Amino acid sequence: MKIVKHSFDGIIVGAGGAGLRAAIEAAPTMKLAVITKLYPTRSHTGAAQGGMSAALANVEEDNWNWHAFDTVKGSDYLADQPAVDILCKEAIDAVVELEHWGLPFSRLESGKIAQRRFGGHTVKEGAAPAFRACYAADRTGHMILQTLYQKCVSMGVEFFDEFQVLDIKIEDGVCKGVVAYEIATGDLHVFEARAVTFATGGFGKIFKVSSNAHSLTGDGPGMLYQKGIPLEDMEFYQFHPTGIYRLGILLSEAARGEGGILRNKDGERFMERYAPSIKDLAPRDMVSRAIATEISAGNGAGPNNDYVFLDLTHLGEEAIMKKLPDITDFVRTYVKIEPINDPIPVQPTAHYAMGGIPTDVNGRVLSDHKGGVIEGVYAAGEAACVSVHGANRLGTNSLLDIVVFGKRAGQSMVDYVSSTKASPLNESAADDLSNKISGFMEKEHTTEFSVAKIRSELQDSMEENAKIFRSKETLDNQTEILSDLRERYKNVTISDKSKVFNSELLEAIELDYLLDMADTTVASALARKESRGAHSREDYPDRDDTKFMKHSFAFKNGDSVKLEYKDVELGKYEPMERKY
Amino acid sequence: MEIDLKILRYDPENDKKGHWEYYKVDAEPEERILDLLHKIKWFEDGSLSFRKSCAHGVCGSDAMVVNGENMLACQVLVKEVSNPIKIEPIRGLPVLKDLIVDMEPFFDSYKKVMPFLINDDEPGDRERLQSPEDRDKFEDTTKCILCAACTTSCPVFWTADSYIGPAAIVNAHRFVMDSRDQGSKQRLEIMKDVNGAFRCRTAFNCTSACPRGIQVTKAIEDVKRETLLNN
Repeated sequence: MKIVKHSFDGIIVGAGGAGLRAAIEAAPTMKLAVITKLYPTRSHTGAAQGGMSAALANVEEDNWNWHAFDTVKGSDYLADQPAVDILCKEAIDAVVELEHWGLPFSRLESGKIAQRRFGGHTVKEGAAPAFRACYAADRTGHMILQTLYQKCVSMGVEFFDEFQVLDIKIEDGVCKGVVAYEIATGDLHVFEARAVTFATGGFGKIFKVSSNAHSLTGDGPGMLYQKGIPLEDMEFYQFHPTGIYRLGILLSEAARGEGGILRNKDGERFMERYAPSIKDLAPRDMVSRAIATEISAGNGAGPNNDYVFLDLTHLGEEAIMKKLPDITDFVRTYVKIEPINDPIPVQPTAHYAMGGIPTDVNGRVLSDHKGGVIEGVYAAGEAACVSVHGANRLGTNSLLDIVVFGKRAGQSMVDYVSSTKASPLNESAADDLSNKISGFMEKEHTTEFSVAKIRSELQDSMEENAKIFRSKETLDNQTEILSDLRERYKNVTISDKSKVFNSELLEAIELDYLLDMADTTVASALARKESRGAHSREDYPDRDDTKFMKHSFAFKNGDSVKLEYKDVELGKYEPMERKY
Repeated sequence: MEIDLKILRYDPENDKKGHWEYYKVDAEPEERILDLLHKIKWFEDGSLSFRKSCAHGVCGSDAMVVNGENMLACQVLVKEVSNPIKIEPIRGLPVLKDLIVDMEPFFDSYKKVMPFLINDDEPGDRERLQSPEDRDKFEDTTKCILCAACTTSCPVFWTADSYIGPAAIVNAHRFVMDSRDQGSKQRLEIMKDVNGAFRCRTAFNCTSACPRGIQVTKAIEDVKRETLLNN
């Protein structure tokens, strides 16, 4: 296998919003490269739709403390409040900075950035829905991704496109660099670098119905987990209420922010019963649970009573086409329904990982639940868990998270690189990965152990046992299934033995990460004997602040998961019952 | 329903000439072309190579030629195309393997138009103002996902790959028409080049090919006009 050696100060893995924002911060002062398994503009930040919240107060009175209150309440009090304060306070400058770099926000008549309503965002600590989400039609994520990439192009940031990082080298708790696979040639590249940021995104592909791209396989969290680094709060996975029926394609919460209504098979606006004050604009965990409850009560629509309707018909053609053009397009393309005239069949779809690689507020990766750090390793965005989203993220706060904490991770790289010296990493760093790949190339293929077979069983079973409602029974069942899948994965084989664009090989390696993500999700969910935010236990329906005001830390322990806990950092907001 | 697929295969290691491969796949009428490719790759022939990511038409990975027309494989349903379905890589860029082409020349052209906001004024600590009317002037071209469906449908590009191509001009348009931008003079110089906007022969292939519905030919005409007015 050909091995190519590179020497950098800093490496960023992943070129979505968090990775690009970190790159912009770090590139001016160090030799930096961004490595992505896609092209940067293919990253899933581009699929985010509705907006990015900041208390700009362009439409009405607002302040960042109210944003922080909503974020903490939305998190079901599991978010670390000092981190939430940073997120909401720095939001304002983050939005303005993106505008200065050219982001084409939609505008108010005054010429200021337009803002819209979004789930869980209120003024005066719950008084009424707030106009806080800064948006560019319903393609805000696309605009953020494009703008950040454009800024990187203008700065001459160096990219390695379609290179997949598959190993990180950490010696004695200190980062030495990464090893990447060049997808077009099959060559291995050793990147010596003393600062590495993981911004690889989420892992929605552990579920069958998902809004996530095929590429979202938990590469960063999986790679670090396999090196003994824990994963935080993995039991908290967000299901977005409005995925297109069966396909899971996201229909933005902006649809409800602009006045859209959820209805059951009888046309009833059922959210009035679940969240009497803000109704359809309740946070996502509550709306998804409400939909699941309606469906299990027989109130779902369709021949199998398994979906509800998102009704936009009263908004009028002009508002729909101006403010929600992309999702209108998706509905027309994939379900052949005209949203201007007819309600849209929707169901909850796997959407966002609140958990991930544990970091402090400066993106530094934690090595344990006691506050230890790994020198030179950083994480940001969905791959990371700061934690600002706690048990349930509010809509729009992910786009905010990537720029605020992407920037902070980049700044940490700068500080670290300026205070340390380069340390060599030689070609032999590629040995482990080289052996792993040779193993796949040499093993004879059998369809019984194909990647797709194991992966589809993983996705089907997670959908069945670990989605919106969970219980000891379903989670025990899933633990057994995962252990069987893990055994079978040890024999996984591939049919493609070529060196050029061997995506089957990469899917085989990614499946290992997906299994890690599922293992840690299920183990953490089983141990959390309460219901909080997105984690709903049918056998423990109440929140238990006495026992579980804690973040879980899942460590790899052979083929099983070992759990530790860390107290939530509280602040000015006292935990209270979550009503809307 | 059973679908017949005919896919142009190429493998630089073992099949330098390339060949048509025939497959039969069971599919629902509502499935995407991308779903069919996955069925082949995952359950029949793991070596079939194509790019994909978001699977709903926003990332721009999977532009290919389906029954003779450029489209995103994730954006077209089985029932919308006639059976048998013929799939080839997009044209005018070097094929690397099966449906994967070399995108580097495409991104090089994109970078030539300085695709970033140029404005040296001190912006202050709040957003620059822009009226909704000024914002609307470049709304259409902000939608570009750089999938290359337009550029690789252009007959001028097929015969002269030195032509900067529709996608690059769309991205020039996005900044030339932005009231906040001050870099138009430089960008329009690039557009005046022999390989710039005037190479366009108004075939409209790009407009039909755009999976985002951008009025690409109109954007190119806007840029030509700006070039003349600013001369």
